[in-house]
Amino acid sequence: MSTSNIHPGLNLGARHGEAHVGAETIVFGFWIFLMSDLVIFGLVFASYLTVANPMGMAGGPGPAEAFDLRSIFAQTMILLTSSLTFGFSTLAMRHERGRAAIAGWLGVTLLLGLGFLTLELRDFAHMIDVGAVPQRSGFWSAFWGLVPLHGFHVAVGCLWIMVMLVQMALMGLVPVVKTRLLRLGLFWHFLDLIWVAIFSIVYLGGLMP
Amino acid sequence: MSDPDHRREARLYLAGFGLALTLTLVPFGLVSWGLMQGRALAITIAVLAVAQIVVHLRFFLHIDLSRQKREDLQLILFTVLLLAIMAFGTLWIMGNLATRM
Amino acid sequence: MTDAIFGRLGLSSLALWRAFENPDLSELIAAGAAMAVIVGGLVTVVLLTWFRLWGPLWRNWLTSVDHKRIGIMYCALALIMLARGVIEGALMRTQQAFGLHGGFLSPDHFSELFSTHGTIMIFFVAMPFIAGVINYVMPLQIGARDMAFPVMNQISLGLTATGAALVMISLVLGKFSTGGWANYPPYTGADFQPGPGPDYWIWSIVLAGIGTTLSGINFAVTIYKERAPGMHFLRMPIFCWTVICTSIIMIFALPPLTVAALMLAADRYLEFHFFTNDLGGNMMNYVNLFWLFGHPEVYLLVIPAYGMFSEVISTFSGKRIYGYMSMVYATMSIAVLSFCVWLHHFFTMGQSANINAAFGIASMAIAVPTGIKVYNWMATIFRGRVRMTVPMIYATGFFYLFVIGGLTGVMLANPVISYQVHNTLFLVAHFHNVIIPGVLFGLLAGYHYWFPKAFGFRLHEGWGRAAALLWIVGFSFTFLPLYWLGLQGMPRRSASFSDPSFQPMLWLALFGAALIVSALTCLAIQLWVSIRNRAQLAAPLGDPWNGRALEWSIPSPPPAYNFAMVPQVMARDDFAEAKADGRAYAEPEAYEDIEMPNNTAIGMIVCVFGTLLGLALVFWIWWLAVLSLAVMLLALIGRTFRLNVTHVIPAAQIAAEHRAWLAKVKAAPAVDRLEETHARNLGRAVLERPIGSEAAQ
Repeated sequence: MSTSNIHPGLNLGARHGEAHVGAETIVFGFWIFLMSDLVIFGLVFASYLTVANPMGMAGGPGPAEAFDLRSIFAQTMILLTSSLTFGFSTLAMRHERGRAAIAGWLGVTLLLGLGFLTLELRDFAHMIDVGAVPQRSGFWSAFWGLVPLHGFHVAVGCLWIMVMLVQMALMGLVPVVKTRLLRLGLFWHFLDLIWVAIFSIVYLGGLMP
Repeated sequence: MSDPDHRREARLYLAGFGLALTLTLVPFGLVSWGLMQGRALAITIAVLAVAQIVVHLRFFLHIDLSRQKREDLQLILFTVLLLAIMAFGTLWIMGNLATRM
Repeated sequence: MTDAIFGRLGLSSLALWRAFENPDLSELIAAGAAMAVIVGGLVTVVLLTWFRLWGPLWRNWLTSVDHKRIGIMYCALALIMLARGVIEGALMRTQQAFGLHGGFLSPDHFSELFSTHGTIMIFFVAMPFIAGVINYVMPLQIGARDMAFPVMNQISLGLTATGAALVMISLVLGKFSTGGWANYPPYTGADFQPGPGPDYWIWSIVLAGIGTTLSGINFAVTIYKERAPGMHFLRMPIFCWTVICTSIIMIFALPPLTVAALMLAADRYLEFHFFTNDLGGNMMNYVNLFWLFGHPEVYLLVIPAYGMFSEVISTFSGKRIYGYMSMVYATMSIAVLSFCVWLHHFFTMGQSANINAAFGIASMAIAVPTGIKVYNWMATIFRGRVRMTVPMIYATGFFYLFVIGGLTGVMLANPVISYQVHNTLFLVAHFHNVIIPGVLFGLLAGYHYWFPKAFGFRLHEGWGRAAALLWIVGFSFTFLPLYWLGLQGMPRRSASFSDPSFQPMLWLALFGAALIVSALTCLAIQLWVSIRNRAQLAAPLGDPWNGRALEWSIPSPPPAYNFAMVPQVMARDDFAEAKADGRAYAEPEAYEDIEMPNNTAIGMIVCVFGTLLGLALVFWIWWLAVLSLAVMLLALIGRTFRLNVTHVIPAAQIAAEHRAWLAKVKAAPAVDRLEETHARNLGRAVLERPIGSEAAQ
């Protein structure tokens, strides 16, 4: 497995020929993009932490009034499972187990992603109900700048999965489709990684006894 | 059809999933049942989060210490260095300003 | 109803209408600038139509993904914006020279001027100029056929042009921000500036910034993955090392700017409270985020300029660069240190002395690697075969002026001094003193140095020398007096003043500004004269300066595929070594087909609809915003459905072109360095090495 690795992340392997070789440059480039995105998230996190205090909350609602730990737990489980199902889809591609297997696991991942977004939107609606809106305080501005930014990335990921399902159907498993699926995988796992930071810092940190 | 490589790699994904699941369940449990408090809890959550990030990097994003992947490991470490400078610098400066208002 | 269609765009948004309603000198100048934009645009359209150039422009330039053409378009954009920036600077100098108790510009107009001047000079002159030179030169120096991602490269250019277009349109429609190039809230928040000004700033910066981040990714991947065989990292020209550092900064330092600008947008559009005065907003975090970007940014600008000077000084001294390894280490340390010093831009914000001291020391530390570089350049010149061509004149000016600027930088890195002179003209003098002799002189030196590579003829030497000397003298007269004024306590960014003792120095600075305007005029004349005399200045064989790196080993202008055969690199300064060993100008045993990317209109789609998107957001025309965003998204996704995106250039054609060029090289006279600027110099150099250079190496 390791001898033919030419780029970060799971490699297609030498038997994929052109798709494998062509992935070297573009997957490396995508990693750099993700690292740039990571800096964006990191600074939004830092900004969030600077206002996660009574001064930043300006007398408005705090985390305890607005967060629902059970919903967050459900979202965490869904996103974690979707990482696993995406992994199975990538493995199906790497081991050439056919379009149906790849598309099937991708479809499951898409459903999980949409499920995550549904729960998250329900949470947001609840927050609006209790007055935890960005117009209320610096703290809620920072929250609404951070968590929906991740949600937006998940939505982009879902759109990307849909596009890839269409492309697999129309174009078949041509090399560009394979390298796009590799990059989509990196993107998806990266979002799960950001979510670990979100549930640890924002939700668990906010609801700590 | 079921070649051994595929099964081995799928098992690795499942192992990663299991580890990540554990590292998620523990902090959620600690917070929702109030088993720990204050600074100790915060540190525990932070350590578990870092551990889970490492698990994700290793099992899902396939970053490891093997010879071929130094480039990306260096890239990630360099990013972490710069991000640490920026994020901790921000917290240091803004925290200090907050205490002086 | 009209609100739904036109948003807040109304008749009074037109600068011309405002001048019609209230015709004072300040408004008339604004209207004149608006007219200049409109007339300039119309004249361009008419000329293009008259000479039937729309087709060639579209086919050969706007839809091209060739890194060389994209590089040239970046430089053209930068030079156009430079003209506007210099005129604005001269206007501000004029205002201040007559600014005792008044002047002719309204304070708001003056504020608009320094805001656009700063924004343009940094984001739409220095950055596109640098991106342009990097685009042109770097792939040639590492022996690549193109960028790693040619289409993304075109999109980056499109996004940069979008930002520039928005700033130009702000002259005609609405007004630009009055908040300076850093655009600090809460002054730029919705409470204090409800108009479209800060929104222009936000969207031009965000869109161009995304383009820059993508450029950075492209540059880094190109250097990591597209080097020719044998081109190890430590064989790369110094310029390529500086490109690595710059792309690191583009990738990691643009995100803070994007974050800060988008948070400001959320405050202005959606009533968030990131940086407002009330309800837990914290405007100090904006300052923090902005300079997290802002400081690395100045190194983003100056490091490639260091690289250009390294190439120029080494070539025009006829020597290998002195201390290659120390140059590499110095460049890399500057890149990392640049992320550790941002607080020195706001020493006076109120944090504790310990923090100020830490960042002050880190800032002073940057002087060490910079000093190493200066000594290396001087050692390169020492006992070299030095020719005082135009790039070397810029390099000389750079040496003595930049060292002054660097030393005042070390002064300002001391928080105690910073407390005394902050917000005065001392600071204005300092940063112009590093950016003009450092960045701009570097770029102009690079422009003269690589121009014959890009177009096949040299620039006129006499006009170039006049321009270079005028820049150096003009800079000194304009900005050195500002140090004095700053020490006397004259605040920056003030349209008028009340202390008559400031006046003599301001007159001196105005004289300097006139010299700078003449320098710019000389550059324009030089370009015109050079194009007219291009037959006498021709150097199509590719090596007019006895160059050392790979870009000089191919014809000028290079073919679309750059290298007929991917070069096999054997040494540092490979082309110089090849000429010495007799390896240069060899005919390969066999030629191969070359696969090149097809032209695409995606960059233009992004540029046009990005500009519409920006305008729609500035003037709250929501339907247009949604529409243009949707068009861009559909175009980008739609493109991914196309499979045949490359074409093949047959080996026979490459062989014919390459053999024809080799035959011309063999037939041409080889000129020595005395005839470098002579019409005989067709681009084939006599091999010559100065006495003692072997020992120096």
